[in-house]
Amino acid sequence: MKIQEADAKTLLLAQGMPVPDWEVARTEDEARTAAARFFDGGAERVVIKAQVLVGGRGKAGGVKLAASPDEAAQVADAILGMDIKGMTVRKVLVGAAAEIVKEYYLSAVLDRAEGRILLMGSAEGGVEIEQVALVHPEAIIRRHADPLLGLLDYQARDLAFAMGLGGHLKAAVAIAKGLVATMRAFDADLVEINPLAIVREKGPDGRTVERLVCLDAKVTLDDSALARHPGLEALRDPDDEAPEDREAREAGLTFIKLDGTIGCMVNGAGLAMTTMDLVKRAGGEPANFLDIGGGARADKVAAAMRIILDDPKVNAILVNIFGGITRGDEVARGLIEARAQQTRDVPMIVRIVGTNAAEAAVLLEQARFQTAASLDEAAAKAVEASRGTGAAA
Amino acid sequence: MSILVGRETRLVVQGITGREGEFHARAMREYGTQIVAGVTPGKGGQTALDGAVPVYDTVEEAVRDSGANTSCIFVPAAGAPDAVLEAAAAGIATIFCITEGIPALDMIPVVEMVRARGARLIGPNCPGATSPGRAKVGIIPGPIHREGRVGVVSRSGTLTYEAVQAMTDAGLGQSTCLGIGGDPVIGTTFLDALQLFAADEETDAIVLIGEIGGAAEETAAEWAAAHLADVPKVAFIAGRTAPEGKRMGHAGAIISGGAGTAASKVEALEAAGFRVAGSPTELPGLLRNAGYRG
Repeated sequence: MKIQEADAKTLLLAQGMPVPDWEVARTEDEARTAAARFFDGGAERVVIKAQVLVGGRGKAGGVKLAASPDEAAQVADAILGMDIKGMTVRKVLVGAAAEIVKEYYLSAVLDRAEGRILLMGSAEGGVEIEQVALVHPEAIIRRHADPLLGLLDYQARDLAFAMGLGGHLKAAVAIAKGLVATMRAFDADLVEINPLAIVREKGPDGRTVERLVCLDAKVTLDDSALARHPGLEALRDPDDEAPEDREAREAGLTFIKLDGTIGCMVNGAGLAMTTMDLVKRAGGEPANFLDIGGGARADKVAAAMRIILDDPKVNAILVNIFGGITRGDEVARGLIEARAQQTRDVPMIVRIVGTNAAEAAVLLEQARFQTAASLDEAAAKAVEASRGTGAAA
Repeated sequence: MSILVGRETRLVVQGITGREGEFHARAMREYGTQIVAGVTPGKGGQTALDGAVPVYDTVEEAVRDSGANTSCIFVPAAGAPDAVLEAAAAGIATIFCITEGIPALDMIPVVEMVRARGARLIGPNCPGATSPGRAKVGIIPGPIHREGRVGVVSRSGTLTYEAVQAMTDAGLGQSTCLGIGGDPVIGTTFLDALQLFAADEETDAIVLIGEIGGAAEETAAEWAAAHLADVPKVAFIAGRTAPEGKRMGHAGAIISGGAGTAASKVEALEAAGFRVAGSPTELPGLLRNAGYRG
């Protein structure tokens, strides 16, 4: 699950990380009030940042500076409601604009290849790390955290020196270790600070000081671990999820809407992707990716069918179940139940093999479902059915 | 010989009294797997599978009393990492973790600890392994198999069954069919599996079933090019039509910025001498074209 910058910063703060103060505003007035507080605190300018779950906010005009509370209100008004890559801006972050001396990049990410937490740092901050990786990969410093003990002090020091942060060693070590602590505390699979920056500030005694701070934050959370962090569910951005995606998630299904006409219901992610691939290969277009998961029971199958049929473009459905932990007869019962409830009639091609397939076959035959023996045959029949109804419509 | 499971397998099922554990333990036993013990803490002294299998409170007792050498775990996600560690500590050599939905960070120290104990973990979130005619551990349906000399390894669950069924339908039997699991942090990789097959005298050909995301297929392909040059090998990659940046169920199956795409995997596999199928049903034909005469 992706979360917004302001929420990510809250998680970092909870781990004691240096994050400059901010406020979230949902209206022009809230932005003005927030900005006034920062100006009263001595800020010369404030920054207003769109809170949306897409990259490239700055380029899209979603990050702007303002020199007065009124200007902040104006800027916030322009940004709120803006469409950035299909996402509507509903909140902005307001904070004192930092005087940046130098920008760095630092992240902790789950490295699948090594099965460890990988720290990546670069002295080229503030730009997309994918670009840095393409243009000069040697500029990215990589260190793996110890699998049992986490990021050790010497590893963090080594990383800091390699990034050229020797002058801010203590802060850099604390931040690097804080990234790993944040990952572990909230089961994040990515914690990214870009930019991590040396900023110039006025100290309490009025003298100028330089400090290392997290100016931006990006955190993604492991969906498998959300159940043990009940508070984090509230950070889900409702705009990041279409209503049907939400219904699917709550039913324990993995669903991704696509543009085609053939609804797919499959057990297992790999087989679901293969089913989509074969529909396409047979000349059709899949309407969705839908994995009912392992051990799905009848009620889950019925929920899956409702979600597929909610898409008005769907004019044929392909059900492909290879039973292992999932039992074919349970799925067949779910299909029969779902068909009894469904509001519109769409041709359905059903293929059920594997565990309890014989029992499923009896049920499907009694209920007069159209069946297929192989996946290739099922895909071909579904494409044919989709074309047939398409021509009739 | 086969790999990982066989006639010498003496299985303990952790979570044998649960719904899934009981159902699949029964299927494994019917297939011919020697199930020597079950473990459910608090139910020690009872029996499972109609009195046929003694249930113990701990894996240690199960090993001591029954000589178990392999474990299959059906414990729910919250307790599964601990179940893996318990098995490793009790001296189990081969541990299959079927459980799905385990938080990825939980598995990092677990994989490390299992390795340090000299044991092997397969999974989590995997369907297990079958050595046809000998034993099956996990949830792969027994009847889809046929005895033979093709080694099958896959990251998926049900897609593995699809590929195995296609092989069996074409008369190509298998030495061992292994599902390594689709989670981000797993105990046994494609590379590990290929190394095991390479060392197995009864495996003469390889089927590799991959999917988009990560670079595990590419890594395995590189090794195969050098070490399995003369072995007929075929592959299938799921997710050719998956949209970029979307997570397709498996945590691993996410592609971004061209890395881990189906195209890059197909290219790496073909360069390593694999013939890559457009559908699982094409795998047997391609294997014959690659010179396999089994």
